Amino acid sequence: MEIKDFIEHFAEQFDDTDISVFSAETRFRDLEEWSSLIALSIIAMVDEEYDVILKGDDIKAATTIVDLFNIVKTKM
Amino acid sequence: MYNPFSLEGKNILITGASSGIGQETAIQCSKMGANVIITARNEERLKETLSMLNGVSNKMVLAELTNQEELENLVEHIEYIDGLVLCAGKGMTSPFPFSTREKYDEIFNVNFFAPVELLRLLVKKKKLQKCSSVVFVSSIGGNVSFSLGNGVYGASKAAIDSTMKFCARELAPKKIRVNTVNPGMVNTKLIQGGAISDEQYKLDMEKYPLKRYGEPQDIAYGIIYLLSDASAWVTGHSLVIDGGVTI
Repeated sequence: MEIKDFIEHFAEQFDDTDISVFSAETRFRDLEEWSSLIALSIIAMVDEEYDVILKGDDIKAATTIVDLFNIVKTKM
Repeated sequence: MYNPFSLEGKNILITGASSGIGQETAIQCSKMGANVIITARNEERLKETLSMLNGVSNKMVLAELTNQEELENLVEHIEYIDGLVLCAGKGMTSPFPFSTREKYDEIFNVNFFAPVELLRLLVKKKKLQKCSSVVFVSSIGGNVSFSLGNGVYGASKAAIDSTMKFCARELAPKKIRVNTVNPGMVNTKLIQGGAISDEQYKLDMEKYPLKRYGEPQDIAYGIIYLLSDASAWVTGHSLVIDGGVTI
């Protein structure tokens, strides 16, 4: 699993936030478009792409995209 | 003692009886005097439930209800019943773009096709007594509440409510009543450990005018009403039990 692909899949769940905004260090909860539905979409994306079941609390535990990437990695 | 809600002497089949609402319903029905037949997939948990029941004429039948052979075997084990509670069910959180045919099939097989096929076989083989009562455990989800990411589960429950009404009309000549209970969020395994964080649950709970989620017995008591002769003139009804959240 590559961080670059993970960021791309992460960014795909957003409609109005430009892809250039997303990096490993992006604090995703600070993004204006962040919502509970996007959180659910991230969980579904991780299930679909990486076959990892995240819990709502895993999302809560992450601040940046790379934090979440690392959580997913530990569950693979 | 005068009790129009008594289930004394009634034979009642309950699916999904090894946990949650199904288990609590089995316990409460047995306390109300019913002879309960419980079914579920897990032998250990089902035995545990059986040991929690009141009385000596209760029995258990192991069955995976999505398997036609096991479903038919269950029906073979039933001599006749006066009440049926279709409680076995499965939850899923999946935003629409991720809701593949596979996910719909997974949920519909458990929540819709299995209970409907069980009811069909019981009716076809005339195992439901005259004046018997069928209760589907549905949900406010998909019927009166449409929360984000709940579309697959909700659609399966909307299909249940629709089928319940058709059955209520078609089975009325046999004096069989068919209703649903439609719970809001109830503290069971079905809502635990998923995509929703504890913090989100706490916020959600605040939306309930009665300021709490339901407990399995809150739902079991509604089911008992629908099984009892106290509801003899009630059919085709969706009984919402939700702490007021859909007001």
